[in-house]
Amino acid sequence: MKISENKFSRILRPSLFALLLLPAIYYAWGVWQDSLGANPLEAVIRGLGDWGLRVLLLTLAISPLRRLFNWPQLLRLRRMVGLYAYFYVVLHLFGYLWFDHFFDWEEIWFDILERPFITVGMVAVILLTPLAVTSTNGMIKRLGKKWKKLHMLIYPISMLGVLHFWWMVKLDITEPVIYAVILAILLGERLFNKFSK
Amino acid sequence: MLIKKNNELSENEVTDFSVYHNRRKFMKTAAGIGIAAVSGMPIIEASAKTVSPYSTDEKLTDYKDITTYCNFYEFGTGKEDPAKNAHTLVTSPWDVIVEGECEKPGKYNLEDLLKPVSVEERIYRFRCVEGWSMVIPWMGFPLADLIKRMQPTSKAKYVYFETLHDPKQMPGQRRAVLDWPYVEGLRMDEAMNPLTLMGTGIYGKDLLNQNGAPLRLVVPWKYGFKSIKSIAKIRFSETQPVNSWQKANENEYGFFSNVNPDVSHPRWSQRRERRIGEFRKIKTQLFNGYGEQVASLYAGMDLKKNF
Repeated sequence: MKISENKFSRILRPSLFALLLLPAIYYAWGVWQDSLGANPLEAVIRGLGDWGLRVLLLTLAISPLRRLFNWPQLLRLRRMVGLYAYFYVVLHLFGYLWFDHFFDWEEIWFDILERPFITVGMVAVILLTPLAVTSTNGMIKRLGKKWKKLHMLIYPISMLGVLHFWWMVKLDITEPVIYAVILAILLGERLFNKFSK
Repeated sequence: MLIKKNNELSENEVTDFSVYHNRRKFMKTAAGIGIAAVSGMPIIEASAKTVSPYSTDEKLTDYKDITTYCNFYEFGTGKEDPAKNAHTLVTSPWDVIVEGECEKPGKYNLEDLLKPVSVEERIYRFRCVEGWSMVIPWMGFPLADLIKRMQPTSKAKYVYFETLHDPKQMPGQRRAVLDWPYVEGLRMDEAMNPLTLMGTGIYGKDLLNQNGAPLRLVVPWKYGFKSIKSIAKIRFSETQPVNSWQKANENEYGFFSNVNPDVSHPRWSQRRERRIGEFRKIKTQLFNGYGEQVASLYAGMDLKKNF
């Protein structure tokens, strides 16, 4: 599959860019209009986390989709989607630091030490940072083969992301299980692809 | 003006909802233009009523927030689910079965159960184990009144409560998230404490289904999940009941579940809480600020072990 270069860069890429911005607009609008329910700050933190995880999984879906549709152009969308994932994860973290702890660093440090779901979430966002930083063309060139190796960190990061959500949930694990299944499919496809060659 | 004794006060004589609502709205507006202190006075006077010494004078949480942000897994695990789904619950007629170690066991119609009691208003802090809190003007009567009428025997050391179990009325019970029916329990001295309330209403109105209509427990010094909703059975027992959340995860939820900022939970720090409707968090108090009334119940107990 292939679409014209014109359609790709004039329609597909900007549409996807706008689409991925919608959740951020939704929450900004929701806070402004006070339409996020009784506990809007929690809704914002949770919502941004949900979208961080969703867009992270979307990033991981690009290679399998490229293979499925035999559509090499898709790969050129991956950086943007990946950076969007980082965008939502960082906003999620910022929401947590601000609305949950009001930048009380001692409390935050206790939280990281005492709560396993915070620990893994924090590790995930720390590991994600070098991937975002090295996403420029210059860095890709400079790092060469090491770049690919470094960016394989996305696999453990996504597992930590799902684990973070799973451990956060009090009892009803339906949602985290759905994310875990999707992640298993996306990673499984890679294994299958690697060993069936 | 006729001054009434507290026990003569019936439900429709206390501040009705519209007065409340209007007063809150007025005070909000007035505060906005900075005249609350001056013009707010006559309005407050108009709504004058017998105030329970147990009531707090903190700012009330909005009725809308109290009725739309609830944990009631019988109607779904999302906070907004109960308000959407609880309409299937039929609360009239309603029976409460009383059994176990007491002289007056039986199946009681709710109306008969409520006939001899005088419903009063209690404004309590309500602290959820999840780290949020509200200030709720409950309507209700002391649980002790009901217990005395049932004449528990000397063997009755605990009071066990059960929520209605009917997946047709409570669609959330079709999924085994918790081991249905929802059960809770109190030690007899906790149950007899004057703070412990059988709730029948909020803001002068009958309880909405999502808030545990028609009859619920209100134990303000314990985390919210202890305040069991839509009670269908009460049992006096010699042994300590295993409450639903303890059964689901005994490492995280205990029998006592007293609000305690120093006993941490793996998911939420209990040192602070978000008062619904406010931006900044506030410090959580031991026994949710009711230590004066209840701390003696736990004298000599290790609260970290007996969480």
